[in-house]
Amino acid sequence: MMAPPALDQGPAAPQPAIHPRWLRVTHWLNALAVVIMAMSGWRIYNAAPFFDFTFPNGITLGGWLGGALQWHFAGMWLLVANGLIYLALNAASGRLWRKFLPVSPGGVVRDLLAALRGRLSHADPRRYNQVQRVAYLFVMVDIAVLVLSGLVLWKSVQFGLLRDLMGGYEAARRVHFFAMALLAAFVAVHLAMVALVPRSLLTMIRGK
Amino acid sequence: MTDKRRLLPGLDAPAILREAGKLLDRRVEQPSRRAFLRRGLTLGGLAMLSGCSLSDDESVEKALSAVSRFNDRVQGWIFDPAKLAPTYPESMITRPFPFNAFYGIDEVPQVDEASFRLEVTGLVADKRRWRLDELRAMAQVDQVTRHICVEGWSAIGKWGGVPFADFLKRVGADLSAKYVGFKCADDYYTSIDMPTALHPQTILALTYDGRTLPPEYGFPMKLRMPTKLGYKNPKHIQAIFVTNTYPGGYWEDQGYNWFGGS
Repeated sequence: MMAPPALDQGPAAPQPAIHPRWLRVTHWLNALAVVIMAMSGWRIYNAAPFFDFTFPNGITLGGWLGGALQWHFAGMWLLVANGLIYLALNAASGRLWRKFLPVSPGGVVRDLLAALRGRLSHADPRRYNQVQRVAYLFVMVDIAVLVLSGLVLWKSVQFGLLRDLMGGYEAARRVHFFAMALLAAFVAVHLAMVALVPRSLLTMIRGK
Repeated sequence: MTDKRRLLPGLDAPAILREAGKLLDRRVEQPSRRAFLRRGLTLGGLAMLSGCSLSDDESVEKALSAVSRFNDRVQGWIFDPAKLAPTYPESMITRPFPFNAFYGIDEVPQVDEASFRLEVTGLVADKRRWRLDELRAMAQVDQVTRHICVEGWSAIGKWGGVPFADFLKRVGADLSAKYVGFKCADDYYTSIDMPTALHPQTILALTYDGRTLPPEYGFPMKLRMPTKLGYKNPKHIQAIFVTNTYPGGYWEDQGYNWFGGS
């Protein structure tokens, strides 16, 4: 898909925000929640690692297992409440469909190749390319999987159906872990992209 | 458990931030804006959160404890006494079942059966002390369930004994009281909510895998609740009391969540 021509930005015509305020607020609250959940989660993982490695304590949160659990079970409210507000506003405003659809495998491959060749236009920050669309949709689903698998770990008896869907308690631990690893990978790529296009950081702070 | 430490590929945050910082320096000319962006790249003070400074802060600790108490209430509302934990065939029992306590296996208390008497106090009609064979004379059940530790690991075991609801009714406990507390021979102590105490799978376990409960698994008795994490399942119980005053617990007083289960 070709990028549309850049809009004429005359000083007389004030532009509406690229990112509405509610989006910027929920984005940064989500970033805070994800940092808290990941760093405390690593400490919890360290208490009984199921792979041949642990996370360095220096990048974990909570100081010990009990402290990490307190952070994790406090951060979860921020993650879930903020995530639900984000999804509700996204759906109600129509932004979810306007910004993230359509998305197609062919379009993703095309935009990905263009990005790798350095030929992807960032002329219009209002428009997400197909790689962005699929990445942002993915991270929404991934966080939902984290929350659902987390519910199984927290309440394996009360959420029996969810537990069985995950393949049991022990399988849910792995689901939770891999969903975390994918989220961490997303964050790494996301930060690298922000570093390449610093203006995107400013638009997420100032709105334009 | 292992001490090997290795980062996940793609998770080298400091390197990523360094790299991003270099890129920014090249692209952003104004020094003030550069500094601003660089601060932004610390991920909202990631470094600050990871240090002990924030966790050790008293107000943060208080706030986290307050959320933990709020979570106790939420979990009380979520708890459905009719929901049962899954049970397993005996072939799935974890062998050997792991020993776990706040001390080593060589420090396990040895309780003498002949002189042992279970103390029952608080909001109960019958405060007489119980001999072990009196408990064995009551109707027994056994079940194969998953024990889940707060650390995350789990193991399947088989416990048998007296349904705790039967015991509480037998001693005329006030079933509308809030808490049931436990004091143990190893100086451990904990307490649970009454709805969990009355859950059909909560048993005053006297046996493990068909044999008298061995010392390492909590002789003379352990409260076995498949709906609660390991630290909520007291071993070597010497005294049971029913109360409306929050009794806390060994780990709970140090920060583990009091409800601690499903």
